[in-house]
Amino acid sequence: MKNNPLPRYCWLLSVLLLVFSITVHADDNQPLVDALNQIKQGSMTDREKAINQLVALKNPRSLVVLQALLAGKLLIIKGEDKLVIAEDVNQEYEVRDAITDAKLGTKNHDAVSKINLTNKLRSDLRKIIGELELNADDPVIRLAAVNAMANEADERLLDLLKLRLNIEKNPAVKEALENILLLQQMDSADKNLRILAIESLKDHDNKDVFNKLKTIVEKDADGHYVETDSDIRNTAELALIEINNRLQLYSAIETVFFGLSLGAVLVLAAIGLAITFGVMGVINMAHGELMMIGAYTTYVMQQIMPNHLGISVLLSIPAAFIISALVGIAIERGIIRFLYGRPLETLLATFGVSLFLQQTVRSIFSPLNRSVATPEWMSGSWQINDFLSLTWNRFYILLFCLMVFFALLQILKHTRLGLEVRAVAQNRRMARAMGIPTARVDALTFGLGSGIAGVAGVALSQITNVGPNLGQSYIVDSFMVVVFGGVGNLLGTLVAGFSLGIANKFLEPFAGAVLAKILVLVFIILFIQKRPRGLFPQKGRAADG
Amino acid sequence: MKLLAFFGNDKTCTAVLLLITAVTFIIPFCNLISPPDSALHFSAYTVSLLGKYMAFALLGLSLDLVWGYAGILVLGQGAFFALGGYAMGMYLMRQIGTRGVYGNAELPDFMVFLNWKELPWYWLGFDNFGFAMLMVLLAPAILAFVFGWLAFRSRVTGVYLSIITQALTYALLLAFFRNEMGFGGNNGLTDFKDILGFNIQSEAVRGVLFMMTGICLISAFLVCRWLVNTKLGRVVTAIRDQESRVRFLGYRVEMFKLWLFVFAAMLAGIAGALYVPQVGIINPSEFSPLNSLEIVIWVAMGGRGTLYGAIVGAVLVNYSKTVLTGLLPEAWLYILGGLFIVVTLLLPDGIVGLLQRKIREQSA
Repeated sequence: MKNNPLPRYCWLLSVLLLVFSITVHADDNQPLVDALNQIKQGSMTDREKAINQLVALKNPRSLVVLQALLAGKLLIIKGEDKLVIAEDVNQEYEVRDAITDAKLGTKNHDAVSKINLTNKLRSDLRKIIGELELNADDPVIRLAAVNAMANEADERLLDLLKLRLNIEKNPAVKEALENILLLQQMDSADKNLRILAIESLKDHDNKDVFNKLKTIVEKDADGHYVETDSDIRNTAELALIEINNRLQLYSAIETVFFGLSLGAVLVLAAIGLAITFGVMGVINMAHGELMMIGAYTTYVMQQIMPNHLGISVLLSIPAAFIISALVGIAIERGIIRFLYGRPLETLLATFGVSLFLQQTVRSIFSPLNRSVATPEWMSGSWQINDFLSLTWNRFYILLFCLMVFFALLQILKHTRLGLEVRAVAQNRRMARAMGIPTARVDALTFGLGSGIAGVAGVALSQITNVGPNLGQSYIVDSFMVVVFGGVGNLLGTLVAGFSLGIANKFLEPFAGAVLAKILVLVFIILFIQKRPRGLFPQKGRAADG
Repeated sequence: MKLLAFFGNDKTCTAVLLLITAVTFIIPFCNLISPPDSALHFSAYTVSLLGKYMAFALLGLSLDLVWGYAGILVLGQGAFFALGGYAMGMYLMRQIGTRGVYGNAELPDFMVFLNWKELPWYWLGFDNFGFAMLMVLLAPAILAFVFGWLAFRSRVTGVYLSIITQALTYALLLAFFRNEMGFGGNNGLTDFKDILGFNIQSEAVRGVLFMMTGICLISAFLVCRWLVNTKLGRVVTAIRDQESRVRFLGYRVEMFKLWLFVFAAMLAGIAGALYVPQVGIINPSEFSPLNSLEIVIWVAMGGRGTLYGAIVGAVLVNYSKTVLTGLLPEAWLYILGGLFIVVTLLLPDGIVGLLQRKIREQSA
């Protein structure tokens, strides 16, 4: 085999260029079959030729076959002389036809033989695949290929990337291409080109750019600058300042996002309480345990249908609402209704209920934490750029919180139950005189508040482990939110939850998580001194209740 | 005679008081005169257990004073108890001296472990017993004063007050869990050796501690009893029943509440200081909101607004806790939860109230 790659690559390049201008019918598989047949033949030279043919075909299948070949997954079934792509599953191969991608069942390890490659061929193949990927139709594959090349860019690749840049339409891929090329330009001999590269790179949010700029302004061990040219240093320093400013902005955005998502959790936890405590005046210390029931409902739903994570989480929402609401109504009918007008006793009795529920869960599910799986569409994160990414599950919880909030607002404003709830909250005796069944309304209101606690539990199960103490850790916080926002005011609860969440997250970097929490608690205690009725106090006669 | 008249109208009260006095003096006396293997001899375990109950009884008493008489349901009384306990624990830590694992004369073990170079300023003076005892009183008192002053002045009452007291103890729980606070973090303070130069494990010292607890409980009870019968006590009770009316009559309601609250906090601090040397450890879990709620159930169970009811409740509930957590660990929370419900729904006056009603029915 010849050992001068450059001419061959030039040839390849021209083939590639040629390929763009030729259209090939996808269903015309004959050339593919021919090329594959050639791969099957023993000789290495034949294989090399066949590989080149495959590249020239511009058939989407070629890339798949070549990738399989490189990974050692392209096999021949003994006796059948058939070329297949295999996946190793449970000590056996699951094979697919190399040409049609049809499933051919499983094969024993002995029933197949591998197609071998020389090291030389393998490294060529790696580059060829990179080139193919770079020109793939799918922008995701292209972007991945560009990013993979960022660290091993040599002259030849750079030419290839430049060519691609001229025809690239996708903005993300384009930016990645520009990044690599400009980064390369930063090392060029021409001072003006370097400055130009720095100037145009400073708008890019890219880790490599950031690190490269940092190396330019660094000093070596003797205190001399590594970079001797002061113009370039100054340009780099200015660019770094700009990037750092943007980084600060990003970290602020991230903090606000974390704060909002924490706030969303707090609002979800507090909003049911805002109903039972705010509207009915009932202190329900078992509220956290109703959330815990919701979280365990999610867990049980997942155990029932382990193969449909997404659906089970969605189904858990109504299920948790109903179960928690029923438990809530039972608590109201069984205990709380005897204690109306005696808030301190209500507090103690519901605290007893919370202990009872906790221990029940401990007996049924064990005291250990259970983890609830997150469906695929909720996991991962939204990578906006190298420095800023927002996790999906928190995003969904934020969305969910707002949905629950507005749904609740609509229920209270536009349904008969809502009207009755508000009437009873404003003046219980008058409402009863007007024929409203106050006892039934009380039970339903409590059920509504409890049901929302259950729904909050579903959301919680997606961000923390589910355990018997789940509710306890939120009860003090959610009371704080309700009191801070103003009792009997749902909007106040929303504002209070989000502001406490954001305040918490902004304090955390300076004070640490625990101290931040303490500071927020102390702040609320002081705040209640100043405004005992919260951010948005009730006005008029209702305030005296 | 005057003293007898003081209790004369309440037989149950007198009985409880006599019983405590008897236990306080008889148990150490028995242990003093009888050999270790005789039937009259109480084991170290029993003595420290009973001592613990009495410390809890004192704690319950302090809560009954504010809840039963001033109507302030404090869900953070455990915080004052723990502060007193920590003050005592700090003194006992300083007594260890060079006998710690690291043998450092200046620093307690956990500080050496955390690589601290010198004693934090708030640990200074705790090698002096008198100063430590002063802190047992002052630390809870200052916290109660600042908190109460803020809360009562802006007329935070009812459930709001209950919840922010719970938030207070919760915040302290989180704070004391932190290693940086310098109170031993998660593990708290333990491995005590000496108190006033005497071995804390020895039977004699345990007996003295037990007796001290009993004496403190009895004196605190008498002082409280006297307090609620003074004019101050009457005003406080009036505040509980009709706060605004008392204010309209010209009393400064917040001052009455504040002083009672501070006094109760100091009693709780003493209880904590007596509790720590007998159980040999103080850690942040004493700050947990659940502990404070348990105190509330002792008082509610025994019968609030009677003082001795709190003592009865504290001993009974804790005794059942000791027995049940041994026999059926799973059942304890069910029973505790059940107690909360049963007491509030069916026994608003507690056991003491039930007893008194029975006695009244018999004599009628």
